Amino acid sequence: MHQTFDAALEINLLHANQEGADHNRAHFDAWGITCLNIMSSPGAGKTVLLEKTLAALNQTLKIAVIEGDMTTELDADRLRQHNVPVIAINTGRSCHLDSKMVAGGLYQLEHQYNPSDFDLVLVENVGNLVCPAEFEVGEHAKVALLSITEGEDKPLKYPVMFQEADCLLITKMDLAPHLEIDVNRIIANVRQMNPNVTIIPVSAKIGEGLTAWFDWLQSQIPAAEKIASKLPDLTSA
Amino acid sequence: MHETDMTKALILTVQNWWEAQPERPKISQVHLTVGQFTCVEPVSLQFAFEVQTRNTFLEAAKLVIQETPLVAFCHHCQQEYRPEIGVQYACPECRSPMEDIRSGRELKINRIEYCSDSAESYASNL
Ligand SMILES: Nc1nc2c(ncn2[C@@H]2O[C@H](COP(=O)(O)OP(=O)(O)OP(=O)(O)O)[C@@H](O)[C@H]2O)c(=O)[nH]1
Ligand SMILES: [Mg+2]
Ligand SMILES: [Zn+2]
Ligand SMILES: [Zn+2]
Ligand SMILES: [Zn+2]
Repeated sequence: MHQTFDAALEINLLHANQEGADHNRAHFDAWGITCLNIMSSPGAGKTVLLEKTLAALNQTLKIAVIEGDMTTELDADRLRQHNVPVIAINTGRSCHLDSKMVAGGLYQLEHQYNPSDFDLVLVENVGNLVCPAEFEVGEHAKVALLSITEGEDKPLKYPVMFQEADCLLITKMDLAPHLEIDVNRIIANVRQMNPNVTIIPVSAKIGEGLTAWFDWLQSQIPAAEKIASKLPDLTSA
Repeated sequence: MHETDMTKALILTVQNWWEAQPERPKISQVHLTVGQFTCVEPVSLQFAFEVQTRNTFLEAAKLVIQETPLVAFCHHCQQEYRPEIGVQYACPECRSPMEDIRSGRELKINRIEYCSDSAESYASNL
């Protein structure tokens, strides 16, 4: 005869990833870096957007990119042409970046560069509308992209990503005249579950909306804190 | 697929608990709560668990998944409602956006059920 017993655990399945993300964020904070996690389905335009962003802001901000795309070296090489550090992460067959992979990227940043010099780390996540939203990597804000070719219903069908986003870019707006798509319906669908998200329609191709995106991006960088956190570095040098 | 990662995390957590028990008990059930407003598919999780626990101390353990529905609270109407996933998230009464999620985001290991007789000396060969 045997007895059965119960042990209460009450532990989150993503506990380990969450701890890793908090750890990464602590490093970013110590270095005075703002980190953005950029997510979308495959081909929504993350890399092209990053190219435009680097081209426009490279003079004003010190930027590094963590490139988590599975076809990495292709995307990474495109971005390296802008003379910024691009740390390519081999995600293997994983369909998302996790905090451990990004910690590997931070290790490289720390040992190959002086991380306190940087203002901004842009993380291009694996093209996937589902689980990147569940795996925090240590970002300060989440940016989701949805291209207008994907249809109005995507936010309803893949709600977690759109519910978690701090900023949503509706991309490839230059294609709007060729499609039967109601951008206002995309916006209304997202607002149903995330009323406070910043929504910016953009076209990386023709430049529409990019100024608004750059403004939002710069608004995420806490200027005063930044200067304070950099002072010790300057004096110790 | 990410269910593989989730399962790895799950097994590690259970293993940590198991190794901390002096008698290394035989685990019969692992109870999870998985919310419907997560990107975890219970069927895939079951499958990954079965595959990954073969020939380990968890081989005999059953994964019991309790799904929790998406429940939101509308502050305007002062009542809970069940958004229709994939269709409609705003409050059906007043159309206010879904802002306050009361359930559906859970991904939790609740408890472990185990027997008094110890596992047949499985090394935790994970
Ligand atoms: N018309 C148009 N095409 C665009 C725009 N932005 C990106 N594209 C095209 O969309 C395709 C995919 O763009 P990428 O930037 O590689 O997309 P991605 O999200 O990085 O893709 P993955 O990394 O593979 O997930 C390319 O052919 C781009 O030229 C845009 O604003 N307008
Ligand atoms: Mg890309
Ligand atoms: Zn560390
Ligand atoms: Zn995944
Ligand atoms: Zn209401």
